[in-house]
Amino acid sequence: MDLSGFRDPQIARNLIDAINATAVEPVKFMEVCGTHTVAIAKHGLRDVMPESITLLSGPGCPVCVTSNADIDTAIEFARQPGVIVTTFGDMMKVPGSYSSLSNEKADGRDIRIVYSPLDALDIAERNPESQVVFIGVGFETTVPVIASAIEQAAARGIENFSVFSAHKTVPEALRALVNDPDVQIGGFILPGHVSTIIGLEPYRFLAEEYSVPSVITGFEPIDVLQGVYMLAKQVAEGRAEVEIAYTRAVPPAGNPAAIAKMDEVFEPTDAEWRGIGVIPATGLAIREQYARFDALKRVPVQPPETKETKGCQCGEVLRGVTLPFQCKLFAKSCTPEHPIGPCMVSSEGSCAAYYRYTDYGKSA
Amino acid sequence: MCLAIPAQVKSIGEMNMSEVDIMGVSRHVSLDLVPDAKEGDWVLVHAGFAIQVVDEEYANETLELLKEMSMVEDEAGLAEGA
Repeated sequence: MDLSGFRDPQIARNLIDAINATAVEPVKFMEVCGTHTVAIAKHGLRDVMPESITLLSGPGCPVCVTSNADIDTAIEFARQPGVIVTTFGDMMKVPGSYSSLSNEKADGRDIRIVYSPLDALDIAERNPESQVVFIGVGFETTVPVIASAIEQAAARGIENFSVFSAHKTVPEALRALVNDPDVQIGGFILPGHVSTIIGLEPYRFLAEEYSVPSVITGFEPIDVLQGVYMLAKQVAEGRAEVEIAYTRAVPPAGNPAAIAKMDEVFEPTDAEWRGIGVIPATGLAIREQYARFDALKRVPVQPPETKETKGCQCGEVLRGVTLPFQCKLFAKSCTPEHPIGPCMVSSEGSCAAYYRYTDYGKSA
Repeated sequence: MCLAIPAQVKSIGEMNMSEVDIMGVSRHVSLDLVPDAKEGDWVLVHAGFAIQVVDEEYANETLELLKEMSMVEDEAGLAEGA
C-alpha cells in the first residue's frame, strides 16, 4: 500500500491554507496520543498553524500517565525472589518514587524487555520454575493484545505467567479534561489507534454533553493536518460532532473482535492518572475468572509509600496547563539524557518531543 | 506507545499466527484480533498482533478527496495565498 500521498507537500500546503482560511477565532485543540505528540513535533506542524490555533498535548503517553504508585509496584515485583519481570522498553527508565526498572536491572534483578506479550509467554514456558510478570501499561490499542496473551496462556496451560494491569482507557479521561477549569479545550484530535479498537461511539458524549468537536485522526503529516482542518471547520460552522478523518484504519464500530477479548478478560476499575488524579472506571482489572493470571494476586507485594519528584511539572504538562518549556527544569536539569520526570523519559512524552524537535527553552 | 505499523499478510499458519511483510521485513504476528484477515490484506501491527485490517480503498479515497479540495482551492486562489 502506497501511503506516500499522506506526506505530499502540495496537499499539505493546500490544507494549511484551508486551515488558515477557516480558523478565525482563537481556539485550543488537544491531542491525547503520544504518537500524535511526536508526529506534530517531528513534522513541525505547530509552526505552520495560524496564530488562532494552539495545539496542546494531553495525557496521551501511557508511560507518562502511569502513577508513581504503579511504577513502585512494578519495581516491587522485580524485587521478589523467583520473579522475572517482562515489560515494553519504554517503561524501563521511568522513575518511580525511589528507583526505576532500569536501576533495578543494573542491581541484578531479572527484568527483560519484550516486544510483545507473546514473547513474555515464551519466556514463561522456558522458565517453569519462575513466575513471569508482565507489566501491562497502555491504552485500548494495547489492552486487547494483553487480553489475547492471557487467553493464550490459559489455552496453552502456561500457569507461571501473570499480568500487572496498569492499563488505562481514554474516553472518560477526556471528560476529566473538559471539566478542568484550567484548560479550555475547543476540540480533540482523537487517537487513531485507540479508536481503531473502540470506534467512535465512546466519544459521543463529548459532542452531546459538552458540545466539544472531535476528529479521529491518523499519524502522517497529511492525516494530522486533515484532522485539524476538520476540527477548525466544525468550530467555524458551530458544529460539535465526532468525525473520522482516519477512515482507512478506523471503522465507526472499531474492532468488535478486539473489544470482545478486552471485555472477556478485563473489567473497569478506578485508575490514578499522573497529574489528573483518580478517574473512575478508566482502569482495567483482571476478571475473577482469570484471577490466576493477575500478578497482584499471584505475587503479593507491599510497595513503599509514594513520593513525588520536586519541581517536576509533568502532571501540569499532561493536562495542557503548562507547556514543557515553561517548566523550570526543562532543558536545564531535565534532559532526555538525565530525565527527571516521565514526560522527558518516554520518547513519546511532550517534554521529550519538544526537546528533540524544537528550540523552545534552549538558550542559544 | 500506540504506534501501529502497516504490514501485508503473506501467509496464515497454525494458531492464527501469520507471516507478514513490514516494509520488506518478514515478521510473525498473531491474527487473533482480526479473525477476518486474509492473505494479501493490509493490517496494522502493534506489539506482535494485527489489530485492524486497513482499507486501501479508503486510503485512496481520502487522498483523492484532499487532492480535489486542493484543486477547488487552487481555483479560488487560496493556494497562492491570495
